[in-house]
Amino acid sequence: MRNLVKFFSRRRSWSLPYVLFMAVFIVVPLVLIMLYAFQSKDGGFSLENFERFVNQPEAANTFIYSIGIALITTIICLVLGYPAAYILSRLKPSTATLVVMLFILPMWINVLVRTLATVALFDFLSLPLGEGALIFGMVYNFLPFMIYPIYNVLQKMDHSLIEAAEDLGATPRQVFTRVVFPLSMPGIVSGIMMVFMPTISTFAIAELLTMNNIKLFGTTIQENINNGMWHYGAALSLIMLIIIGITSLFTDSSEEGANEGGLL
Amino acid sequence: MMESNHIIELRNITKSFPDKVVLDDVSLSVKKGEFLTILGPSGCGKTTLLRLLAGFNSATEGEILIGGEVMTGVPPHLRPVNTVFQRYALFPNYNVYDNIAFGLKLQKVDKREIEQRVKRALKMVGMTDYEHRDVQSLSGGQQQRVAIARAIVNRPQVLLLDEPLAALDLKMRKDMQMELKEMHRTLGITFVYVTHDQEEALTLSDTIVVMNEGKIQQIGSPTDIYNEPCNAFVADFIGESNILNATMVRDRLVRFMDKEFECIDEGFGENVPVDVVIRPEDVYIIRNAEAAMFHGVVRSCIFKGVHYEMFVDTPDGYEIQIQDYNCFEPGQEVGMLIKPADIHVMAKERTENHVEGTMVDATHVEILGEQFECQEVADIESGAAVDVAFDFSAVELTDDPDDGVSWGTIRFILYKGDRYHLTVRTDEGESIYVDTHDVWEDLDEVGIKIAPSALRVVRRAEK
Repeated sequence: MRNLVKFFSRRRSWSLPYVLFMAVFIVVPLVLIMLYAFQSKDGGFSLENFERFVNQPEAANTFIYSIGIALITTIICLVLGYPAAYILSRLKPSTATLVVMLFILPMWINVLVRTLATVALFDFLSLPLGEGALIFGMVYNFLPFMIYPIYNVLQKMDHSLIEAAEDLGATPRQVFTRVVFPLSMPGIVSGIMMVFMPTISTFAIAELLTMNNIKLFGTTIQENINNGMWHYGAALSLIMLIIIGITSLFTDSSEEGANEGGLL
Repeated sequence: MMESNHIIELRNITKSFPDKVVLDDVSLSVKKGEFLTILGPSGCGKTTLLRLLAGFNSATEGEILIGGEVMTGVPPHLRPVNTVFQRYALFPNYNVYDNIAFGLKLQKVDKREIEQRVKRALKMVGMTDYEHRDVQSLSGGQQQRVAIARAIVNRPQVLLLDEPLAALDLKMRKDMQMELKEMHRTLGITFVYVTHDQEEALTLSDTIVVMNEGKIQQIGSPTDIYNEPCNAFVADFIGESNILNATMVRDRLVRFMDKEFECIDEGFGENVPVDVVIRPEDVYIIRNAEAAMFHGVVRSCIFKGVHYEMFVDTPDGYEIQIQDYNCFEPGQEVGMLIKPADIHVMAKERTENHVEGTMVDATHVEILGEQFECQEVADIESGAAVDVAFDFSAVELTDDPDDGVSWGTIRFILYKGDRYHLTVRTDEGESIYVDTHDVWEDLDEVGIKIAPSALRVVRRAEK
């Protein structure tokens, strides 16, 4: 009994539920993915799943296509999101809060509901579903994740830096290219990570907005697992995780303090 | 058209924001190569004035000329001035070298020349070998040096400095003051320096502009400003001083503390109310109370390093501040002497309150946004515009703003030896002046009452 009291009074013990949660829902699944990925159907160690990925062009092509779509989405989000964030950061604080709220508001609704609404919108306007609709849906869903971190960085920027640049002879354009834009890099990097990583693995948006005509990598993984091909599916998941891991390493080292502008 | 030795001309500059007037009809000329300091308490408009010169804000009325050219509508990047900001404002994405080279690169100066000029600027601020350092790794003093180098490397006609030393510690501030003075001598360009630190202003400047409440109070050399302050605000703000109500009996004779003193001022007229300023170091304190011009009892004595600071109470209720190398114990009976040349006589800006109002009925008048009771005025009809005058001491202030007829905020407190002279700003933006023995604090909210018999109402003369 006394040991029990002692156990519960230690602060470290309080973290136990979280440790358990992480173990059961994060570490164990990861380990399982690793195990399945390196097993053949009969349970022995093998690299056949990876060989299959390299040799069968179908999955690899989907993979490359997915990265392409993710890149296009990210670039469009950046091109649309940066000016929006810039304009927002120039507004009066009270107005800006309201507008940011409007941008964030759709995020309260489930992504599937929003995507189904997008499908309905395309139907209503009798626009074809397909690649265009897919990119539209992805941009629509992920744009706030680009705007917010950039807005955050711009809004916190010391205004006297802009005045200092003007004072030293910079035209408004030069103020932007030499001071404002470089200083908003942490926000841009955050935004890119927040958009690029989840777009690689989406599948629901792709299914709904292309009538299942275009397959993204997420869809391929989902299909394999649904069809009982656990080993191959696990290998594909692992490949995706590694790619995402590499991008995040790359962005981390390219800009220190990238989390500064983070949404989360 | 204009004198070529004036690099800056401000002509009737007014700057108002929606809720208040920050600069009120300010005119000023700055000579080429001058070290001019704009000095004033916070909120007096000095930083706004500097921002107008730099071009970050534009004036509501009036015009600014720099180097003979009208600057209205000219954006900051086209003005021949550079600014040193209070919080340095160094670009964190560039190192020391690139921060300093920023302006030169924009001007497309030759690369080799940029390198030479940056190196020279760094040498000037004592930061040689710091070129490649990250600006955020530097101390406050070093950052400010880089900020100064970044401004002077562009060889501006005018260098604007916005409280550049305010964020530094005392020792560093003193060192930097000397270096700035030296830099000004070497560069030969015009410095316009903004500060609230009167000692800094006295140390550095060729000319000091004292500002308060958006208006220029006095322009002069440090010695002029210190020795001949033109009004009680300047006397109180620059250095320590005893400011007393007095009457100019005739030329060279002034009466205060119920005694007549010889002085050296002339031309005020006879029996005219004035203010006198006596610096604490100009009052001679002696043991022999018989030979003195007046006497009193030491109330307190504090050692201040070089001198002792004493407060002496006189029998008629005045408090005199004295600085002397000798210490006199509290309770001791002492005598005091003042040399005629050390009594500075200033014309009173006002001897009573004047406000504009409207007659409500025979016994009420509307002033300061409220109805005040007054003595019956038979010959002025209701609704007529009137001028109302009342003495400083006729105003009663109360703690509770709701208790007074009108209310306001205390904006300035001047101690006059035996009483406080307060400036009270009402919500309508009018100022009234109050003499009181009560102790109030700056920015206290007070209720205002005025005895009905004290209000002197006259019909306003038609213009």
